[in-house]
Amino acid sequence: MSVLGGSFLGEVVAWFADPVNWQGPDGVIARLREHLEITGLTVVIAAVIALPVGLWLGHIGRGGALATGISYSGRAAPTYAVLVLLAISPAPFGNNQTSTVTALVLFALSPILTNAYVGIRGVDPDAVDAARGMGLSGWQVLRRVELPLAAPLVISGLRLATTQVIATATIAALVAGGGLGRIITAGFGRQDDVELFAGAVLVAVLALAAELVLGWLQRASARQARPDLSATRRRKDAADAAAEPLTVS
Amino acid sequence: MLGGVIHTQTVSQSCIARNEWVCWDYVVSRQSDLTEAFWEHLTITVVAVALGVAVALPLAVLARRSRLFSGSVASTATLIYTIPSVALFSLLFPIAKLSATTVIIGLALYSLAILLRNTLDGLASVAPDAVDAGRGMGYSNWRLLLAVELPLALPAILAGVRIATVSTVALVTVGTLVGFGGFGDIIKRGFSGNFRPEVLTATVATVILALILDALLLALQRATTPWLRERSS
Repeated sequence: MSVLGGSFLGEVVAWFADPVNWQGPDGVIARLREHLEITGLTVVIAAVIALPVGLWLGHIGRGGALATGISYSGRAAPTYAVLVLLAISPAPFGNNQTSTVTALVLFALSPILTNAYVGIRGVDPDAVDAARGMGLSGWQVLRRVELPLAAPLVISGLRLATTQVIATATIAALVAGGGLGRIITAGFGRQDDVELFAGAVLVAVLALAAELVLGWLQRASARQARPDLSATRRRKDAADAAAEPLTVS
Repeated sequence: MLGGVIHTQTVSQSCIARNEWVCWDYVVSRQSDLTEAFWEHLTITVVAVALGVAVALPLAVLARRSRLFSGSVASTATLIYTIPSVALFSLLFPIAKLSATTVIIGLALYSLAILLRNTLDGLASVAPDAVDAGRGMGYSNWRLLLAVELPLALPAILAGVRIATVSTVALVTVGTLVGFGGFGDIIKRGFSGNFRPEVLTATVATVILALILDALLLALQRATTPWLRERSS
């Protein structure tokens, strides 16, 4: 079949080699910039909202049901439907950037909050007791004991949120958003298999690159948090503690 | 019956004409569209998750024998679920084109990724004592797997099936990209026509479908693992 044969993949390679596809407002560079900007913006907004809540709930040891509920609804909510609902809502929503950002933030909240909560809850109670015994205040315990020990899981939440946002931003291109997803929708619109396939490759590479970089950051923070443990043991602990049982979108 | 009467009498004054979010007239008048979307949504979900289970179980059983193999299977699974759905469907598009197959294969891959991890975890958590007892009774490897290990791993496997099912129901809507999105197709049409009751009804229907399937699987989980209930009560 020509589709799977050298000719199709050859055309995809040729697409990437053509500088025209990289330049201009619809080019790869511009679309990649849009995708990165909206991802960065929404992850930061979501972190500003969800981190304090998750850390605090973990610190006072309440809100487990809330964290579980939020994590569940993050998985059950159809992202495409939420994007469309906001796009046809009255102002300030509608077919605009505000709707896209709001939807993306909503979906990034869940992994950040859940992992921050579980991370703090998972801190060895002996370490917390020792810190209290030394006369540290509640805030100091959170800041100097719980947070450093929970850092790997907190970062894991940010990593999951980032991959989630990269994926949802791609879905947003079906509605109102910009970003690399627009190369895919343009390909569908023009019935250009090569273009939509190239767009899909770009999105997949971006998502995998983000996963790789943030995964590395997570392991580095785990090394920092528990230098006394072996790499294997840290990996096992991280897998055992993983709060979010995978969300795809 | 009553809904039908209202519909024929006052379409112009109905909530459909006023484009209201919550509109029973819409549900009644587009019943056949919604039913069709429901069956498409359900079929795609069930086939995709079933395919995922059918591949994940044997693969996990084979993979656990070797650490290297199970490690690479787990990283491949991570690789798959990192790829966004729109990209995954588009990568499959040149092969299966505008067909339900594109959506089903993509969603089966996600289910596979989730189920592999849960099945490997479930099998790894089987108590060595139970395995020893089985061996002591002269069970073959095959019988040990079917009569001891898989039943004990069942809670973890079914937990994976529930997660895979709930996220698959949500993701089917994205299948509208290739024209097979179940309720997602209705949402897309509602978006083009700026028709609020259409979008909200299909969204709520999607969420309810996920909740119902999750409840059914939870019931199955309870029924197939009676020993867990006895212990907790």
